[in-house]
Amino acid sequence: MFGCDAMADDVQRTDRVIVVPGEQVGDSELKSGNGTYRKGDLIFSAQLGIVNFRAGFVNVIPFAGKYSPKPGDSIIGIVQDAGPNSWMVDIGCPYPAFLHANESPWKVEFGATTQHLNVGDVVLAKIGQVDETRRVNLTMKEQGLRKLNTGQIMKIVHTKVPRIIGKNGSMISLLKEHTGCRIFIGQNGTIWIDGELEGMRKASAAINIIDRGTHLHGLTDEVRAYLNGNPPGNDDERM
Amino acid sequence: MKRTIVPEIKKELIYKLAQRGCREDDRTLDEFRPISFETDIIGTAEGSARLKLGKTDVIVGVKLQPGEPYPDKPDQGVLMTGCELKPMAHPGFESGAPSDDSVEIARVVDRGIRESGMIDMQALCIEPGKKVWMVFLDIQVINYDGNLFDAATMAALAAMNSTSVPASRFGLGEDFPLPVNAWPVTTTFVKLRDVLLVDPTFTEELASDARFTVSIDDNGHIRAMQKGLKGALIYDEVIRALDIAQKLSLELRTRLQTGE
Amino acid sequence: MLDEIKLLDKDGMRLDGRKLDQLRPIRMEAGVLDNADGSAYIEWGGNKVIAAVYGPREAQPKYLQDPSKAIVQVSYNMAAFSSDERVRPGPNRRATEISKITAEALESVVLTGNFPRASIDVYIEVLEADAGTRCAGLTAASIAIADAGIPMKDLVAACAVGKIDGQLALDLGKKEDNFGQADMPLGFVPGTGEISLLQMDGHMTIAEFKAAMQMCMAACKHIHELQRDALRRRYAVNYADMSEPEAEQ
Repeated sequence: MFGCDAMADDVQRTDRVIVVPGEQVGDSELKSGNGTYRKGDLIFSAQLGIVNFRAGFVNVIPFAGKYSPKPGDSIIGIVQDAGPNSWMVDIGCPYPAFLHANESPWKVEFGATTQHLNVGDVVLAKIGQVDETRRVNLTMKEQGLRKLNTGQIMKIVHTKVPRIIGKNGSMISLLKEHTGCRIFIGQNGTIWIDGELEGMRKASAAINIIDRGTHLHGLTDEVRAYLNGNPPGNDDERM
Repeated sequence: MKRTIVPEIKKELIYKLAQRGCREDDRTLDEFRPISFETDIIGTAEGSARLKLGKTDVIVGVKLQPGEPYPDKPDQGVLMTGCELKPMAHPGFESGAPSDDSVEIARVVDRGIRESGMIDMQALCIEPGKKVWMVFLDIQVINYDGNLFDAATMAALAAMNSTSVPASRFGLGEDFPLPVNAWPVTTTFVKLRDVLLVDPTFTEELASDARFTVSIDDNGHIRAMQKGLKGALIYDEVIRALDIAQKLSLELRTRLQTGE
Repeated sequence: MLDEIKLLDKDGMRLDGRKLDQLRPIRMEAGVLDNADGSAYIEWGGNKVIAAVYGPREAQPKYLQDPSKAIVQVSYNMAAFSSDERVRPGPNRRATEISKITAEALESVVLTGNFPRASIDVYIEVLEADAGTRCAGLTAASIAIADAGIPMKDLVAACAVGKIDGQLALDLGKKEDNFGQADMPLGFVPGTGEISLLQMDGHMTIAEFKAAMQMCMAACKHIHELQRDALRRRYAVNYADMSEPEAEQ
């Protein structure tokens, strides 16, 4: 009743092979990278994704999963609680991140945090530190880090962030150019778009095309065609 | 339901779009999301349906068994409607006893069905005062993206219409279809400041001030209503909603009846 | 009563026409729900089971948090309409036990050390029951966890073996379960050879147990292949290049 499709016979068509947890992805010649684990001489995948070899490491790039914060990452978060001298911010990882008043761009009096940031506010921040139990500190002390007062946000899986940015930022430039919007893509997969209503709608629709996009090649062309006024994905049955 | 935080800028965007008659998913203000459903999906149920309203996904199962009638209605069958908002369906739903949200949904669905006389309850009498058919209507939400009132009602109608009374299993003669007389269809609105939206998504629900559900029968008459949330409606808004609901219910009813 | 019901015909075929070592038809699909971080649906004979995973997310209530690893919590539930007799909603002792052993079986494969203080919450909903729902639930839950992108050593595959009319039989149906002499659900990790769930009720000799285990482990290997296939199928398209680490804004 959930419409199981016939087994696709093109599983192996890409040179990037899909692997599942427990599948062997390497041997003693290689080093165990992200998304893998070593048992004895052999390396196995720990996640559902595609295999990637780089600099002697074998990695599995996962299709899904929660964002794992790394110091220095720029992210977009949503304030979910305010304390007397700090805020808790949802950044799409398993735990809310901690933003101390001293790490904010403002001079905050004790107990007056909500004068600057309230629950539901959106911030552009950076990951400061991550401790061994994965507690996260944020900072907004650098230039450009701020509260986002206008525009809209949308979420994608964080592993697709590079796709939205594109090679050397080609995709995001295309989006900005054709929609007249300011766009910022957080490493945590949260995207901020600001501009005219029509431009924002166009930008978010285009990002949805990229997010859903199953085409290995021609994605940029498809997005360009959409932005130039052609309806998206006529060949896509899911539309 | 656990508190879910919607970014303030998101709420603002939904309102700005609504002012211009648009929505995030490109619908007009009085347009339902795509509806699809199938019936007879659960072999152990006497009737069943799975209905998707946009990303809201609901399964309804109907079970029947003989039982005692209520003393004040000795010659009528008994309808019991239950709804479970399981944590599977949304991160805001919690395990444990039925929440007040789920009780409200079950009661509103029940009211529309009961008040419209959808089921011929007298035909469900086996022996007056002693034995009648008990109809258990169980609503199971597996994915929640707003407007459970309408999704659950439509799924319930489709499931009821596919129900066969299992008389032979209990030695009570031949099985027969559950007698369905009417099709009470609900339409739910939310109010964002001064704008009314039909069939709200979850985000639209969270951004809204008030909610209003109306059940309309085959004759275009009102059979049940429910106003919800903390905001208030004004008389003109209710009238406008009734007018829209009357039109929309015609189309929804036909779709449910023809199964398309 | 027990003796009156024949579960095997004179040719050794079962009520539903299966051979002793034959599974019922199984169909699996990964990624069937929108809100859940991972999900799976399985049809196994007359069983219809859906599993959803949320997490890793902050464990609630806080006293459950383990600073060294994530916990796995499972809630197994039978829908009211999932059986011939209506199931009263709400927890019961059977569901509580199945939830517990399923959580333990899953925790043995999930790399919980990656997510201190977090919880991985698994919800198993039996929509239609036809014997073997815990095995179907555990099998689907494994797929759902992998679908959520949660790191794990391997998938757990589950299946039951039992005894009917004195003979070992794989994957008991409802009548066989009710009138047979033994039932033994097994959760097995083919990659490592680990047994992560094992229950048994009824009556078996040690020799029968050994044979039953062999039969069941072989079936789990097959089920494991179906699980992997369901996961691959979810993404079996020309997957666009996701690894552009030099991308900058």
